[in-house]
Amino acid sequence: MSVLDTTEVKEGVDQETVDAVREVGGKYKYGWETEIEMDYAPKGVNPDIVRLISEKNEEPEWMTEWRLQAFARWEKMTEPEWAMVDYPKIDYQDVYYYASPKSMAEKPKSLDDVDPKLLETYKKLGIPLKEQMILAGVEGAEDAPAEGRKVAVDAVFDSVSVGTTFQAELKKAGVIFCSISEAIREHPELVKKYLGSVVPVTDNYFATLNSAVFSDGSFVYVPPGVRCPMELSTYFRINAENTGQFERTLIIADKGSYVSYLEGCTAPMRDTNQLHAAVVELVALEDAEIKYSTVQNWYPGDENGVGGIYNFVTKRADCRGDRSKVMWTQVETGSAVTWKYPSCILRGNESQGEFYSIAIANNMQQADTGTKMVHLGKNTKSRIVSKGISAGKAQNTYRGLVSMHPKAQNGRNYTQCDSLLIGDKCGAHTVPYIEVKNNSSRVEHEATTSKVDDDQLFYCRQRGMDEEEAVALVVNGFCKDVLQALPMEFAMEAQQLVAISLEGSVG
Amino acid sequence: MLEIKNLHVKLEEEDKQILKGVDLTVETGKVHAIMGPNGSGKSTLSYVLSGKDGYDVTDGEAVLDGEDVLEMEPEERAAAGLFLAFQYPVEIPGVGNMTFLRTAVNAQRKARGEEEMSAADFLKFVREKAKSLKIDADMLKRPVNVGFSGGEKKRNEILQMAMLEPKMCILDETDSGLDVDAMKLVAEGVNALRSEGRSFLVITHYQRLLDHIKPDVVHIMADGRIVKTGGPELALEVETNGYADILAEVA
Repeated sequence: MSVLDTTEVKEGVDQETVDAVREVGGKYKYGWETEIEMDYAPKGVNPDIVRLISEKNEEPEWMTEWRLQAFARWEKMTEPEWAMVDYPKIDYQDVYYYASPKSMAEKPKSLDDVDPKLLETYKKLGIPLKEQMILAGVEGAEDAPAEGRKVAVDAVFDSVSVGTTFQAELKKAGVIFCSISEAIREHPELVKKYLGSVVPVTDNYFATLNSAVFSDGSFVYVPPGVRCPMELSTYFRINAENTGQFERTLIIADKGSYVSYLEGCTAPMRDTNQLHAAVVELVALEDAEIKYSTVQNWYPGDENGVGGIYNFVTKRADCRGDRSKVMWTQVETGSAVTWKYPSCILRGNESQGEFYSIAIANNMQQADTGTKMVHLGKNTKSRIVSKGISAGKAQNTYRGLVSMHPKAQNGRNYTQCDSLLIGDKCGAHTVPYIEVKNNSSRVEHEATTSKVDDDQLFYCRQRGMDEEEAVALVVNGFCKDVLQALPMEFAMEAQQLVAISLEGSVG
Repeated sequence: MLEIKNLHVKLEEEDKQILKGVDLTVETGKVHAIMGPNGSGKSTLSYVLSGKDGYDVTDGEAVLDGEDVLEMEPEERAAAGLFLAFQYPVEIPGVGNMTFLRTAVNAQRKARGEEEMSAADFLKFVREKAKSLKIDADMLKRPVNVGFSGGEKKRNEILQMAMLEPKMCILDETDSGLDVDAMKLVAEGVNALRSEGRSFLVITHYQRLLDHIKPDVVHIMADGRIVKTGGPELALEVETNGYADILAEVA
């Protein structure tokens, strides 16, 4: 990915996007598979599997207990059906809950020991070489000079974290960035205090299942007053067949700290569906700020709706301290079914929550996504900007809740919710819930639905752009407010993704 | 040079013949005007030439410098040098005018096998053109045609024309919705672009635009055909007597 100047990114589409579209030629770019020997836990889920996962991660007894309690709870729960998505019943006993490359059983000590297939996988995914070395778990690679801007990466391959880069440098700043399994072993006091404190074990069907069987994920702790010296990111890759990925992410920004975190996801093309049920918890203490950006590009299935990832994710932030701030930005282009509502609990006085979302559903994809802004503290503010794009036969639903509690005096919310339709076989739905329980709050909701119209496309084509360029241009214009909220590197990637995921949606 | 021969066009959706045998040749470097009453097929001609959906060409051809444009996709016609200044320029929210122009310029260059313009070169190029057309730098930053006044929209069309450097420019009722001052400004822009290698087809209902863009040849169109061709004096005749006399004369 080459770097363009900021104005270009902010203005909308550019040649880069168009080139990317051409290059990819309408195919899902990350659909290949790494052939690698894996360790699987037996299929299905039961207390023994839960114990096995806990044991694989070398977890202390309290963690195993926590998981088992979650599992007992999950067994009594039923799968939610209120979302506007339709998929065949999932057989939860026909899924592998743990899959790890055999070569990761022991941490490699040098480059020679690292499984070349893992190295190759990350190279193909476009993760820079320097980072690649560290990703594959080579000790000492941190000392080599990095090229360009630093982004620390935690790479999760199926059920395990393969490696985390720049840990040493982050440590100097006091920042802890590691896999969640490492955090459970090395920082139990933090994990005990915060895990499940934002998304309770009992929260919902998928979150409870995750609590029982989560295998890995990322952990971040930023100490008081520290501005994290680089962007942190996690790259999730599902590779093994019939395997669910249940990652768990926990980010804690202590008083007055700041962190920006990015998350990317891809998976091979397969004609069976795969389950991904993640839980992400963010905690922002007094005056702390967290930016969390996602580019979700799981395999969406083919144009007939065969295969693809079921993406059932619970993401929530607790703005626990006064004046804390959380910003969610998501670009959701992948997955066969998406069920995801990154939310903010605005507990601290004057805390702020923001949610910027682009959700694209093409072919047979279904997306039911949105946010919850729960205002508890005084003078809390939230802002929601949602851009839903539907093409092919896809269904795209925005579902959101804005809640002003009695004590949330002078709470403010602004919601803008726009839908764009391409073609005449897709659907866009908006389901906003608004609850106001005090007199001083103000809630604003604006919604629009529009079509990419033929006149716009003809206008672009008369000026020399082909149909795909024209659609990409118009759609990127529609998404501009959200693209601007992304970090630079992601904005570029997101623009390209927008174009790629709409390939073949016209004509 | 654009040569239109025996062009017959009907609407795709309903069985309605709009153009009933248009013959027209616009020589390189010349300015031709087409005048005619409402519903005579003037705008349809401009859409068919530029490749808009919804029309069926049932007979005839339109050849631009030896190539039959009717066989091409709209973007191929654009790359071949055909430009349409729209009667109603389209708004594209969220897309900066600059981005739009750069995407268009580079798409055409690419289609012609030329090198794309770098960001720096493009910026220089667009500023230069905007300045020569007295267009504010501010207008370049705004989203394409969004919130533009009628005059700004039409001047933006002329800016695009200047940037894309077409061989054949079709102006579809460019004077519609403009007051006299705005029309003068637009006409000045067009006149600045007149050159030996560039032809114009100016479609207008009123003579007043032709006071500012002086045509070499004037055609009168009625009921899907060119019914009369003459010099600039023909436009004045329309202005004085209206279309009725001419139509009665050729009937």
